[in-house]
Amino acid sequence: MNLTLKIWRQQNPADKGGLKTYELGGVSEDMSFLEMLDVLNEQLNETGEEPVAFDHDCREGICGSCALMIDGQAHGPEVTTTCQLHMRSFKDGQTITIEPWRADAFPVIKDLVTDRSAFDRIIQAGGYISANTGSAPEANSVPAPRDKATRAFNVATCIGCGACVAACPNGSASLFLGAKITHLGELPQGQPERDGRVASMVAQHDAEGFGGCTNIGECTAACPKEIPLDVISQLNKDLRTAIRHGH
Amino acid sequence: MATVTAVKNKRSSRSTIALKLLMALSGLIFIGYVLAHMYGNLKAFSGQEAFDSYAEHLRTIGEPLLPYSGLLWIIRIVLLVALAVHVYAAYTLWARAGKARTTKYAVTKRVNSTWSSKTMRWGGTALLLFIVFHILHFTLRVVTPGSNSDSPYERLVGSFEIWWVSAIYLVAMAALAMHLRHGTWSAAQTLGLTNTASARRNANLLGYLLAVVIAGGYSLIPVFVLAGVIS
Ligand code: HEM
Ligand code: SF4
Ligand code: FES
Repeated sequence: MNLTLKIWRQQNPADKGGLKTYELGGVSEDMSFLEMLDVLNEQLNETGEEPVAFDHDCREGICGSCALMIDGQAHGPEVTTTCQLHMRSFKDGQTITIEPWRADAFPVIKDLVTDRSAFDRIIQAGGYISANTGSAPEANSVPAPRDKATRAFNVATCIGCGACVAACPNGSASLFLGAKITHLGELPQGQPERDGRVASMVAQHDAEGFGGCTNIGECTAACPKEIPLDVISQLNKDLRTAIRHGH
Repeated sequence: MATVTAVKNKRSSRSTIALKLLMALSGLIFIGYVLAHMYGNLKAFSGQEAFDSYAEHLRTIGEPLLPYSGLLWIIRIVLLVALAVHVYAAYTLWARAGKARTTKYAVTKRVNSTWSSKTMRWGGTALLLFIVFHILHFTLRVVTPGSNSDSPYERLVGSFEIWWVSAIYLVAMAALAMHLRHGTWSAAQTLGLTNTASARRNANLLGYLLAVVIAGGYSLIPVFVLAGVIS
């Protein structure tokens, strides 16, 4: 396949940056999107141009680092992560525009790499349960109802990739927040800190500069883990409950 | 380990979600009101006598416990407060969304947004302008196209016989239908009532139902005046 790539190049956070066009030949349909970029970078290395910086780690869809906006869609046209996206999803001769996640809470570090530590700070604000260290507790001593456990497991698949923020017209992180709130809130272990958790995580979300949710639903369509919109309803319900309890 | 920057204002009642809750609650007040208001307006189909005496009846409800027009004033104050809250929250969150993404994408592809969800802010602004016009027209009688009779029925018929007055009202009802379509669903989400797939489907269906019933119901009046059925 031959491709025309329009890629966001930006030296550093202060640089204005801009789209630069590259022609790339010899791309196989079986390559992943990131392998295609590897090929491009080899070509750039040969010509002495600085390779395109992009984030990646596991390349198997579980770490959430491969954040790329591909032709206006977070992680491209399929419901998966960029590392699990293959070039067969594109056509020979196609022009593909590749941009970093755009959100002021995710500032660009370089080229396509953004600083997503805002998510880490949201998790640190309350996305955990407090447990004593020592010998592991007896697993069967805290029963979790099956349907609740299933819901918790389903939304615990959120990998914190930030595609929901990237796709949201308001730059809101509500789907991510909702996934974490629902995951911990459905389980018995999550109950003691439930009100404080949602209050702190929402406050951190707002302080990071993410926008408010308008329930449009672009987030869930972009989510590689298909986190459903009902986690946002759950988030709202938990916050409403926390307010009633004096938070 | 990275340290957490202390958040200045931790009150949940000051959060973006709290603003949305205010918007949902004020929106529900509006929905209740537009339903009741529509019931009254449809009395136009029963003729001048029924319509005008209903308008007068609204002013005498609760007498002598309430003064003349007392209930009407209570409703007006509740609506004004709800409007102030709704509009304040809407524009605050709009500004916030703008600041959340100051560098725009070169290419965007929306795959899951309904038209009504994309027009909430500009459509809401259109509704705000319409509300101002509507009050100047029928309540304050500052603009009185067609008729400035003391009979509400004659003012209604007189103005809707003018095509552009009817057009303004019909366009506003289209905007209201759109706003209610997404607003009903969004309010259900905001209030945390849609935690299952079927609840989400029902909230969406209710949005369509309210949009069609309310905007359709109001629209009957200018349409039937123009057709000469109400005269
Ligand atoms: C007066 C001017 C108005 C403005 C500027 C306005 C603006 C907005 C905006 C921006 C939203 C949030 C949209 C979203 O969440 O996607 C909203 C929500 C809503 N509006 Fe309005 N609106 C207005 C009037 C009305 C009226 C007249 C009604 C009802 C008859 C109404 C009912 C609702 C409802 C039910 C919601 C859903 C609340 C929620 O999202 O939780 N609004 N409005
Ligand atoms: S909710 Fe989905 S899109 Fe958002 S961070 Fe989690 S996995 Fe990524
Ligand atoms: S590189 Fe880990 S999810 Fe894509």
